[in-house]
Amino acid sequence: MSLNIIVLAKQVPDTRNVGKDAMKEDGTINRAALPAIFNPEDLNALEQALRLKDANPGSTVTLLTMGLPRAAEIIREAMYRGADTGIVLTDRALGGADTLATSYSLAQAVKKFGNFDIILGGRQAIDGDTAQVGPQIAEKLGIPQVTYAEEILDLSNGHVTVKRRLENGVETVKAPLPCVVTVNGSAADCRPRNAMLVQKYKYAASPSEVAKLDETRKGLLEKRPYLNLQEWSAAYVDADPEQIGLPGSPTKVKNVENVVFTAKESLRLDDNDQQIEDLVKELIANHTIG
Amino acid sequence: MDKNNLIVYLEIEDGKVADVSLELLTKGRVLASRLGVKLEAVVLGDKLDTVEEQVFPYGVDTLYKVQDDRLSPYTSNPHSAVLINLFKEIKPQICLMGATCIGRDLGPRVSSCLHSGLTADCTALEIGDHTDPKTGKEYKDLLYQIRPAFGGNIVATIVNPECRPQMATVREGVMKKEVFDPAHKGEVINLDAKKYVSDEDFVVEIIDRHIEKSKINIKNSPIIVAGGYGVGSKENFQMLHDLAATIGAEVGASRAAVDAGFTEHARQIGQTGVTVRPKLYIACGISGQIQHIAGMQDSSIIISINNDPNAPINTIADYVITGNVEDVVPKLIKYYKKNSK
Repeated sequence: MSLNIIVLAKQVPDTRNVGKDAMKEDGTINRAALPAIFNPEDLNALEQALRLKDANPGSTVTLLTMGLPRAAEIIREAMYRGADTGIVLTDRALGGADTLATSYSLAQAVKKFGNFDIILGGRQAIDGDTAQVGPQIAEKLGIPQVTYAEEILDLSNGHVTVKRRLENGVETVKAPLPCVVTVNGSAADCRPRNAMLVQKYKYAASPSEVAKLDETRKGLLEKRPYLNLQEWSAAYVDADPEQIGLPGSPTKVKNVENVVFTAKESLRLDDNDQQIEDLVKELIANHTIG
Repeated sequence: MDKNNLIVYLEIEDGKVADVSLELLTKGRVLASRLGVKLEAVVLGDKLDTVEEQVFPYGVDTLYKVQDDRLSPYTSNPHSAVLINLFKEIKPQICLMGATCIGRDLGPRVSSCLHSGLTADCTALEIGDHTDPKTGKEYKDLLYQIRPAFGGNIVATIVNPECRPQMATVREGVMKKEVFDPAHKGEVINLDAKKYVSDEDFVVEIIDRHIEKSKINIKNSPIIVAGGYGVGSKENFQMLHDLAATIGAEVGASRAAVDAGFTEHARQIGQTGVTVRPKLYIACGISGQIQHIAGMQDSSIIISINNDPNAPINTIADYVITGNVEDVVPKLIKYYKKNSK
């Protein structure tokens, strides 16, 4: 049985290793200092999708991402690992969206895409850590969701069986297709790039990238249709302007503050025995320990 | 003025209300009193007999019970359906849930259907006014949903001016659990599950379930010995367990130490782990990323052991021991044993 698989992914600033230069002197974020990466848990989701494709020859994996036109970078990255093609949902009107407006926009794109068997995505993105977009898309499409997935154990007879990793245990559930599955970071890592696929897809480009190319490269894309990535606008997916971007977002950011911790007057000690023994005695004497 | 009530979704396992839900009731009681509205709670599942005894002392005025075997254990669609239909009826102005595997699965689905805003993983909740910067329209007594963003480097205050309920999830341990009045009594309203959920909602089948009570209880430990990436290895982490066993502490870890495989995720302290406030926190080889500090800064006494005298965590520490973890920790054990009798 060949499957039509959608993988939802996001290009995110790498917030995990924020260095000292990531904040500007005025306290705002220096986005330029943070590299844009493939959201880590979306890679775990991609791996589960590729395993389904391996097990079901003839299946296609399409990466769907909403963001700036440069998000085509993560589509190519996914194709180097085995995805077939991808779509960037990009439009100025989508900017400033909260999770609800984002899931509406992506759900519209999924409807435009048409038939699919399963949607996979990472549990959450590291720039927001909300884990809301997956379940909200499922609700907007009127289909079930399975969150915190660690492994897809089986997909057959119109159902998917999934092992979920919860905070205090594991659960195995069986859901009817189509459905949305969001994948945990504890799932298998994504396979590395495949050298042959890198060769095959390195010139894949979206329309806004093609516009900047020379004639030779443009000619190449005409000859090889599989190199053409798609770029969809809000209007193309029939999105209601009232429900997207900032106007479509019920939550508003009232204000943003830089995190400042109150520094204490610390007592500085070396690792010499006398100082450490004195500290331990003090902690015992004031009943902090013992 | 919005006189609609505030509701907390209660999580239960085997008839026992989860700590995170009691923490939210404690906070919810304060917010409801500030707004002059009732504190409500809703619980779904089976074995609900003792829920009112458990939650009334936290100040619950109305408890909605939806008893149905099929609602336990939790599954997404049926619980969403009940809340969506109930909220359409009672129109709460605020809904709070735990930022747990359940709350983070349920909240988005409910908020999507009701088109209400939802803010995940709030670290503080307050009531305050808001003026829309564009229209100049004024809003009284909104829920300020305060949460870290951008990997913890900024703190954002989020409001939902127009949509109701204003929904927020909060992680376990972030709010304090405190009995409001042991004699407080509220009203129980039993709802007929069939009116709120249809057979078609039971689409996902649970085939197998292994839930274990976590043996690790760092949240309630008065002393925590926490290790970071600087501990260096899984083997060195054993030394922290030795110290913890000696002084009666629990072992915690930073995200970096967990990611490196030195210890298990249940020990992670910080924004993506547990928030703790022990009377003594011994940070071993923890540099002090903002995400980590946010989860332990309320500790009464902080000792930092680090070979980098300029580690960021040192700025919030009461005692800074500059040295290697593998040298200092054995000395702490040795001198505790020598002096404790």
